Amino acid sequence: MKYEYSVKVDDLRTHFKVHRPHLFAEQPTVYAVDGVSFEIEPGKTFGLVGESGCGKSTTALSVLRLVEPTSGSVELNGVDICQLSENDLRNYRRHMQIIFQDPYSSMNPRTTAGEIIRTPLRILKIGTPKEQHERVEELLGLVGLRPEQKNLYPHQFSGGQRQRICVARALAPNPDFIVCDEPVSALDVAIQSQILNLLARLQQEFGLTYLFISHDMAVVQHICDEIAVMYLGRIVEKADRRSLFLDVQHPYTKALLAAVPTTDNNSKLSFVSLKGDVPSPMDPPSGCHFHTRCPMAETRCSKEIPKLRQVLPNHWVACHLV
Amino acid sequence: MKQEPLLQVNGLCVEFSTKNGSVRVLNQLDLHLLPGEALGIVGESGCGKSMTALSIMRLVPTPPGEISNGQILLNGDDVLQLTESQMEDIRGNEISMIFQEPMTSLNPVFTIGSQVSENIRRHQSANTSQAKEKTIQMLEAVGIPAPELRIDQYPHELSGGMRQRVMIAMALSCQPSVLIADEPTTALDVTIQAQIFELLRKIQEEMATSVILITHDMSVIAEFADRVIVMYAGRKVEEGLVRDIIDNSCHPYTQGLINCVPVLKRDPGLKRVELNEIPGVVPNLAQLGPGCSFAPRCHKVVDRCYQEMPPEQQVGENHYASCWRVGDAA
Repeated sequence: MKYEYSVKVDDLRTHFKVHRPHLFAEQPTVYAVDGVSFEIEPGKTFGLVGESGCGKSTTALSVLRLVEPTSGSVELNGVDICQLSENDLRNYRRHMQIIFQDPYSSMNPRTTAGEIIRTPLRILKIGTPKEQHERVEELLGLVGLRPEQKNLYPHQFSGGQRQRICVARALAPNPDFIVCDEPVSALDVAIQSQILNLLARLQQEFGLTYLFISHDMAVVQHICDEIAVMYLGRIVEKADRRSLFLDVQHPYTKALLAAVPTTDNNSKLSFVSLKGDVPSPMDPPSGCHFHTRCPMAETRCSKEIPKLRQVLPNHWVACHLV
Repeated sequence: MKQEPLLQVNGLCVEFSTKNGSVRVLNQLDLHLLPGEALGIVGESGCGKSMTALSIMRLVPTPPGEISNGQILLNGDDVLQLTESQMEDIRGNEISMIFQEPMTSLNPVFTIGSQVSENIRRHQSANTSQAKEKTIQMLEAVGIPAPELRIDQYPHELSGGMRQRVMIAMALSCQPSVLIADEPTTALDVTIQAQIFELLRKIQEEMATSVILITHDMSVIAEFADRVIVMYAGRKVEEGLVRDIIDNSCHPYTQGLINCVPVLKRDPGLKRVELNEIPGVVPNLAQLGPGCSFAPRCHKVVDRCYQEMPPEQQVGENHYASCWRVGDAA
């Protein structure tokens, strides 16, 4: 059965309670993800972009229930995974996998590459051990490694090859949906392009749906079909790839774009650079979270929270002044 | 008129002894830095960029490392001939360095103020209150708000961008003539990166400091540097002015580095295009052949590349490349 959306996230919220500063203080809450909604069509890539601390990784983890969301729903192929029991969820994980940022710290250094890739098959009880080993060799070939390399340990691979192993592990149970959490940020530029091309090729071959998290606008522009920009737990702008860059609306997105260094003199965008750091998500500014750093802010911005509204076809923005 | 270089490196070789014999991590490296110039050094991990910086600072861990050959002339004097105590007078005073990870290069148990003023007290005969005053001045110059309060704070109380500003304040506190920035923004967000480069540019203009910027990101070089050196496997493969290198690079490795980065476009179009990639990985320095180290990954490779090391050739004004295929049609 075909679904209109492969993934549908609705009003997802993930709040963390943190330590009280002193005994009688109110327990502070971090609003890491605060009402995020988006849909991803089957076989497409949805990008989440923003600075560190904006909640993009927490969103990624919440979508897979690796972090338990506080409220909201996440549907994958019509199944609300937030309602699944522990057991059903574990079984359902074969449809959704994740690739992490640092390939070295996301693998057990005492396990061979082959065992690392076989782990999801073993846990999900997919196939006999013999079939699993055959599948591992097939996967190694798919990600551009040689089958005999399955007996090597993580430290014997280079950074790019390690990320290939992580990609193979994510592919092992034949998922529909893969969350890529900054998969190329820790890699050298030359290796980065190899991994991006590999991800694109695999998507085409297997019709995978990606949620792609990155802080790098150029990478996101390159690989994503639709992009959402996050700031302090909320989506501030969401559009298809072309519209976002051609008709950029939100002052924060403009600032992010202006900050990207480029080798191409002609494409240089001339916007003002941002002052200051991202405010603490424990005590976010009132109204529009961005008003403290926004060059255009008015009094209204500090009072009312702007709603995400459609301004162009396939283009939503949360700003009072657009 | 030709300017006298402030810093000149001639035929620098650095070797590391490993259990499989000695490995040459820098091989016959020549470079020069003009007064007030921003020089970029670019290349993949393990190509010798950081080792170049450490050699200039004389911070190569010895043993196992050793500067086996070459000269490093600062204002005409060879720093390799200096004693350790003479070197200490230069480090942080004439040449300073900013490191990649500001959290690991600041001491977590000392306040910001004491760490910045340490350098001032060491090199300038300042008493405690003068040093403190200078520290506040420096922190203010690098754009840290409320510096009189910040000097009593510890590194963990600052954000990544603020910590890097502290590092810059520390490095600049004695008005060095050369500032080496080793991947100063790799650990930071793009918006903070833009702020740091704005600051470095301002400082460079105001203090007339020469900067060596080390990075793996060609677009950062394009934004900041005047001249660039491209390194591969411990050697310089191309050198030239930034615009020449980006618009008319001659070495296939440089071309690969430029083309493999996705470029942010105003109109990305509807279809996703495939990125150019440099196939393969950086070679093991212990197993280099007699020819060009880049040959196994090069798309223009010919037999000669595996046999003989290509010499450096001039390909334009201030533009040099080491490749047998320079000048051949693509």
